Amino acid sequence: MTPLFAADPAAAFGQFVLIGLVSGLLYALIALGYTMVYGIVELINFAHGDLFMLGCFLSLEVCLLVGARTQSEAGTPAGLAAVALMLVAAPLFCAALNVAVDRAVYKPLRTAPKLAPLVSAIGVSFVFMGVGLFWKGATDVTFPDLLGPRVTDPAAAPPEPANLLDGTGLRFTFKDLMVVLVTLPTMAALTLFVRYTTLGKAMRATAQNPTAAQLMGINVDRVIAATFALGGALAGVGSVVYSLYFNTVNYQMGFQNGVYAFTAAVLGGIGNIPGAVLGGIMIGLVKTLGGAYIGSEWSEALIFAILVVVLIFRPNGLLGARTREKV
Amino acid sequence: MDRRRFLAAATGLAAGSMAGCGGCGGSKDTRPVLKILSSFPRTGSAQGQTDTIVNGIKMAIEDFGGEVAGHRIDYVDADDATASSGKWEAAAEAKNARDAVADDDVMVFIGPYNSGAAKVSMPILNEGGVLQISPAATWPGLTKKQPGDTTGEPEVYRPAKRVTFCRVCPTDDVQGPLSADFVKETLTAKKVYILHDNELYGDGIAGLFEARCRAIGLEILGGGRRPIVHTQTSFREITEQVRALNPDMVYFGGTTQTAAGKLVKDLRASRVTCPVMVPDGCYEQAFLDSASAQDLANVYATIGGTDPSMLKGKGKEFVEKYKAKYTKEPEAYAVYGYEAAAVFLAAAKKVGRKDREAILKACLETKDFEGGVVGKWSFDADGDTTLQQLTISKVEGGKFVPQKTVDKK
Repeated sequence: MTPLFAADPAAAFGQFVLIGLVSGLLYALIALGYTMVYGIVELINFAHGDLFMLGCFLSLEVCLLVGARTQSEAGTPAGLAAVALMLVAAPLFCAALNVAVDRAVYKPLRTAPKLAPLVSAIGVSFVFMGVGLFWKGATDVTFPDLLGPRVTDPAAAPPEPANLLDGTGLRFTFKDLMVVLVTLPTMAALTLFVRYTTLGKAMRATAQNPTAAQLMGINVDRVIAATFALGGALAGVGSVVYSLYFNTVNYQMGFQNGVYAFTAAVLGGIGNIPGAVLGGIMIGLVKTLGGAYIGSEWSEALIFAILVVVLIFRPNGLLGARTREKV
Repeated sequence: MDRRRFLAAATGLAAGSMAGCGGCGGSKDTRPVLKILSSFPRTGSAQGQTDTIVNGIKMAIEDFGGEVAGHRIDYVDADDATASSGKWEAAAEAKNARDAVADDDVMVFIGPYNSGAAKVSMPILNEGGVLQISPAATWPGLTKKQPGDTTGEPEVYRPAKRVTFCRVCPTDDVQGPLSADFVKETLTAKKVYILHDNELYGDGIAGLFEARCRAIGLEILGGGRRPIVHTQTSFREITEQVRALNPDMVYFGGTTQTAAGKLVKDLRASRVTCPVMVPDGCYEQAFLDSASAQDLANVYATIGGTDPSMLKGKGKEFVEKYKAKYTKEPEAYAVYGYEAAAVFLAAAKKVGRKDREAILKACLETKDFEGGVVGKWSFDADGDTTLQQLTISKVEGGKFVPQKTVDKK
C-alpha cells in the first residue's frame, strides 16, 4: 500500500511535512480554546468545534457583504477589506457567543457534578450544528480564495500561486505563510498574556484553586467569562485562517476539527498552552504523513493509537506533568 | 397528565380518520384512491436532486390529470434522511418500505435515490409484493449478478424469488466502462489515477472504471484505486501523491455529498491541473456550487442517459414546462422522476383496477414505452431499462456543457 513516488522521494517527504505543520498549527489554534477553558473550569467544551464552524460561516457572510465573492476579488480593495473585517468580526462574534453560552448554560451548572456541564456542552454543540445547517444548508459551501492569485479570466485554469520556496522542489505559498504568521504570534501573545498580565495571573490563580483565588479578592466569575471570551476569540481567529486556507466550509466541519483539536489538547497535556501547540503540530504531522505513507483511511486510527500510547506512558499528556499550573 | 391524554386522543383520532376514512367524511371526492409513495433523502445535502425528482413525479401525475381509470392518485413524498445526519438512514428507508407494504392503497414505491438505501428497502418490498421503481439507484448489482460477487446479489434482495424492483435510469456498468473509453479516446490519456469515497456507489463505479481501464490498456497509477475519507478536512496528502505521479487524468468515484468539490479544490491546490472526471453522483448544481469556476474548469462529469438540455420532442417540452413551472432548470434526474411515475401510471391505466399484483406485472412487462420523456425503451427481464446511454459533459463557466452521448455497445 506504500505509494510510489515517480519523482523525488525526499522532496515529497518535505512537502508532506510542510502540509502537516501548517494544518497542525490550525488544529493548535482551535486546541487552545479547549485547553484554556479546561484549565480554568475543568469543562471539556465540546461545543468549541462548532463555535469555530459558526465563525467560518460568519466570515463567509462578511465576504458576501463586502462583495468579495470569488477569487477575482483577491487582492482588490474589496478582498482586502473583507479579510480585515472578518479578522475583527469573527473573533468578536465567537467570543461573545462563547461568553453568552457560558452565562446561559454552564454557569448555572458550575457547582453541579462534572457530567452535567459536559453533557450540556454536547447539547450546545448540536444546537450550533443545527444553527449552521439552517444558516448555510447541508452542502459544502465555497469560501472565496481571497489570498490566492487574482483571477482575471474566470473560464481559464486558475493562475499558479507564487512559490516562496522556488527552486527547492518544495511549495510554500502565501497562504501557508499566512497560517504561520497568524497562528504563531497569536500563541506567543497568549502565552505572554497569561504569564505577565494581571488578568493572566488571576486566571492562573483561579486554575490552581478557585476558592483560594476568590478569598484573595479575585472575581472568579469575571475571570471565567474572560477565559471563555479569549477561547472564543481564538476559535474566531482560527475560523478565518481555516476558511481562507481551505476555501470550503460545511456545517459539519466543527465536529471533525473539534475532535482533532481536543485530541491535540489532551496529547499535549490538557490545560497546558505550549502542550496544545505541540499536540496540534503532532496531529497535523501524523495525519499527513500517515495518510501519505500508510493510507488516508488509517490516519484517524493512527492518531488515536498514538494518543493511547502517549497516555499510557504520560497520563497527563506530553507536557502536562512538567508544569504544575494549568493555564 | 391531562395534556398527554389529550394528545394521545388527538393523534388517535387523526390516525383513525386517516386509516378508516380514506376519501369519505369531509371530502366530497368519493373516488377510490391509488397511492404513490416515494422515498428519497428530502433533508440534507442531496435535497437539490431529490426536489427535482419529486417535481418530475408531480408533473407526470398532473399529465395524467391526477387520476387513472376512475381512481384518484394520491402522492406521499416520504423522507429517508434525517436532519441530524443530512443523508439517508437505513432505519428511515426501512420504515418507508414497511409503510408502503402496510398501506393497501399504495401501488408503487418510487425510490430510493441511493443504491445503499435500495439494499434496505428492496427485500421488504419484495416480500410485501409492492412494485418498486427507482429513478436514481445505479449500482448494477441490485438487478444483475456482478463478476466476482460473493454477496449473493441480486437474489439477496428477492426473498420472494421474483422481480419486483425495476429502474428507469441507466446503470453504472454503462457509466464506468464508457467513461474509461472516453478517457482513452477523447482525452487521449495514458496514465490515470483513480480515487473513490469508500461507499457502495463510489467504490463500485470506480471499480468498474478501473476494470475497463485495465482492459483497454491504460496505466493505473498508485497500484489501483485508492480511497479517501470524505469527512476529512483536507486531502492534501493524497493530492500531493497524485501530483508526484503526474497522471494524465484523475477519476473520482463519489458524490457531491462525499466531498467531490473539496477534492477537486485540493487537487488544484496541489497543482494537479489535468482533467478530473466524476460520475453522475456529482452531476448536480450542488457540485458546481461546491468549488469555484476556475477549479472546475477542467472537470468532466458523466450522467446516464442525456442531459436535460439535449432532449428532443416530448423531453424538450418537459424541460420547458418544468422551467416555466418551477422557474429553474431541471436537474439531471428530473426526467427519471417523471419517467418512473409515468411508466407506473401507464401500467395502472392498462390494468384499470386497484390491484397491486396486476399492476406490478403490467409494469414489469412494459415494452417499447414512449409515454415518458426520455425516448422509447423497455424493461428487461431483471427490471433494467434497455435505454443504456451515457452523456459526458464538461464544466464550462459554472455549467455542465454536454460533449458527447454514447450508447452501450
